[in-house]
Amino acid sequence: MLRRRRQLGLGIILLLLVISPLFLSAYPLTLLTQALIYAILAMSLDLLLGYTGLASLGHAAYLGVGAYSVGVLTTHYGANFWVTLAVGVLLAMVVAAVFGLVALRATGVYFLMITLALGMVVWGLAHRWVSMTQGDNGIPGIPRPDLGLPWSLARAMPFYYFALAGFLLAFWILRVIVRSPFGQSLVGIRESESRMRTLGYHVWLHKYLGFVIAGVVGGFSGVLWAYYNGFVSPGDLELATSGEVVLMVALGGRGTLVGPAVGAGVIVLLKNFVSVYTERWLLILGVVYVLTIIYAPEGIVGAIRPLTKGIKLTSPRVKASP
Amino acid sequence: MGKELLAIVVGVLTLVAAVGVNIASAQKGPIKIGVLAPMTGGAAAVGKDMVNGLAMYLDEIGQQMAGRKVEVIVEDTQGKPDVALTKLRKLVESDNVQVLVGETFAHIGYALAPRVDEYKIPMLYPVIAADDLTQRKPAKWVVRTGWTSSQPSHPFGEWVYTTLGYKRIVSIAIDYAFGWEVVGGFQQSFEEAGGQIIQKLWPPLGTTDFAPYLAQIRRDADAVFALMVAASSLRFPKQYQDAGLKTRLPLIGGGTTFDEFVLPALGDEAIGGISPLIYSAALDTPVNVHFVKTYRAKFGKVPSYFSETCYTTGRWINEAAQAVGGNVEDRESFLAALRKVEIPDAPRGPIKLDSYGNPIQNIYVRKVEKKDGELWNTVIQTFPAVSQFWKYSPEEFLKQPVYSRDFPPCKHC
Repeated sequence: MLRRRRQLGLGIILLLLVISPLFLSAYPLTLLTQALIYAILAMSLDLLLGYTGLASLGHAAYLGVGAYSVGVLTTHYGANFWVTLAVGVLLAMVVAAVFGLVALRATGVYFLMITLALGMVVWGLAHRWVSMTQGDNGIPGIPRPDLGLPWSLARAMPFYYFALAGFLLAFWILRVIVRSPFGQSLVGIRESESRMRTLGYHVWLHKYLGFVIAGVVGGFSGVLWAYYNGFVSPGDLELATSGEVVLMVALGGRGTLVGPAVGAGVIVLLKNFVSVYTERWLLILGVVYVLTIIYAPEGIVGAIRPLTKGIKLTSPRVKASP
Repeated sequence: MGKELLAIVVGVLTLVAAVGVNIASAQKGPIKIGVLAPMTGGAAAVGKDMVNGLAMYLDEIGQQMAGRKVEVIVEDTQGKPDVALTKLRKLVESDNVQVLVGETFAHIGYALAPRVDEYKIPMLYPVIAADDLTQRKPAKWVVRTGWTSSQPSHPFGEWVYTTLGYKRIVSIAIDYAFGWEVVGGFQQSFEEAGGQIIQKLWPPLGTTDFAPYLAQIRRDADAVFALMVAASSLRFPKQYQDAGLKTRLPLIGGGTTFDEFVLPALGDEAIGGISPLIYSAALDTPVNVHFVKTYRAKFGKVPSYFSETCYTTGRWINEAAQAVGGNVEDRESFLAALRKVEIPDAPRGPIKLDSYGNPIQNIYVRKVEKKDGELWNTVIQTFPAVSQFWKYSPEEFLKQPVYSRDFPPCKHC
């Protein structure tokens, strides 16, 4: 019964996402598109922050790698969507594989600082490798992808569905992963690394794989982001972006996948709607964060969860044993 | 259960519909000007100056252009390109503005231009100075009412060699496109006149401590050319003095190093600084004296070039709107009218556009002096009607690459 109610809830959200273009005009629809793309990035970070317990403050780097792949390939070489997608995701994987080797030597606040520094390395590269990235000016004029569909993705509604498809794909992949025995072992590592080690798990390898997967999905969000904006600049991978993604995860609810997506939606919409009415919108956003931390430390979805108590949203009992 | 569900669905749908309806708005009515400016974040003070400048002009004309009411919608870009793109969509798609004004940063200018061309809505750039926006990568629907980064540098470089007599100069400039272009233009004309740039230093954007760079400055130079912006302009002159350099090497620079925006916050360390720009608040013309007086009375501070360019942009739109009889909905002819505007008596002096869409205007060489306890940029030399190409032919000039970190190369380093 309760489980059904929760599935119903997800179904309603999905239904709303599918039919909302019928009710929304172009501008709110582009905001929703933006929220979906950020949701992918936030969900990928959740795999680290929520499930594995690794607070990464350099996640914008993967967004950047994906986005710059699109920027450089489309404007210099006229590459099509599938090429840019493959390159963007693979490059994000390579970057995550290298960064993982460095970052996973540490835990806790040291892990956070190393990922922060690595994120800044990518930012610095975007800023200084002028011949490739056009530096501070960024790369403008990225065309919307042409998938051979009858609808031009240059328009708001088709692109929204395109982003929605990307979002659902990322959501499904991450959901499969966190529900798999591998995902459960990540949760185990979060709860007690030493116990997992005693049980015979290769803790480092699990964390490493989680780190790389998060990077890959982050890179995917970057590919969509570049096509959405038609522009990429070092501003996209600033520390502020990484911080904002962490906030999305925390606000929505760590370790829930749905939570970070909700968090991304809330922050993107708040930012854009409140700032229309007041220049003090940052203050309002700050108040929202503080209230969340005081009254819903587990985030929005974490606070709703007790209503569906008895069934855990994303972590069924571990069945597989090593 | 079923009813409950139905209630939820209906409720949420109503909400979504309400948001949607809210967006629809009238077609004919006031002339809507959409303004994109950084109202929060590091450049917020610049954004304020811009919005104030435009507001002051609209007050002067009673919020009326060509018999139609004018409505201004200001959107905060936070100085970020992705936010600026989102707000551009809002202004065009849900506010239905007929003309756009704005932004401060070059990279945002590059990001907005292709979108503006897609929307086919005229946008005026009063501040963004990136050279290529009106040189190698022009956008049809973008009209620049400000300047190009290298425009003041060109005449200044030659003047420094011939009039100030400096032969060897060290440049220290913030390491991004604006800095490269200001230094590039200076280096090109300074070296063509016979001077030598003997060292180029590039502190990154956001540098607060210049000591490591000041220590490197070669002491066998005749002067130092500095290009600072915003927060670095506030710090640099003081640190330059503290390093004991002020008495040994005269400090000259790009216009923003000493602009009206930072002068009130500077002390005696800035006195004597020489820089070129399209505007000085100390300009002694009746129009400007009146402009400065009114602006001060209204906003309690001296107008910066950000205020002046946006004030003039307001007038620009007004002249074009009158030329098309208020029918700004006919965008092609409105754009053509915007390109034809000539203002003989703006606070900064006479302005008209060249065929590439950049103003031909006076360049003023200004020297920081103290007058009645305040710092002012006294105008010591005026170059009338300078185009972005200065004395070069546009075709020849556009064959060389845009000024960058490595162009022109440092032959004498």
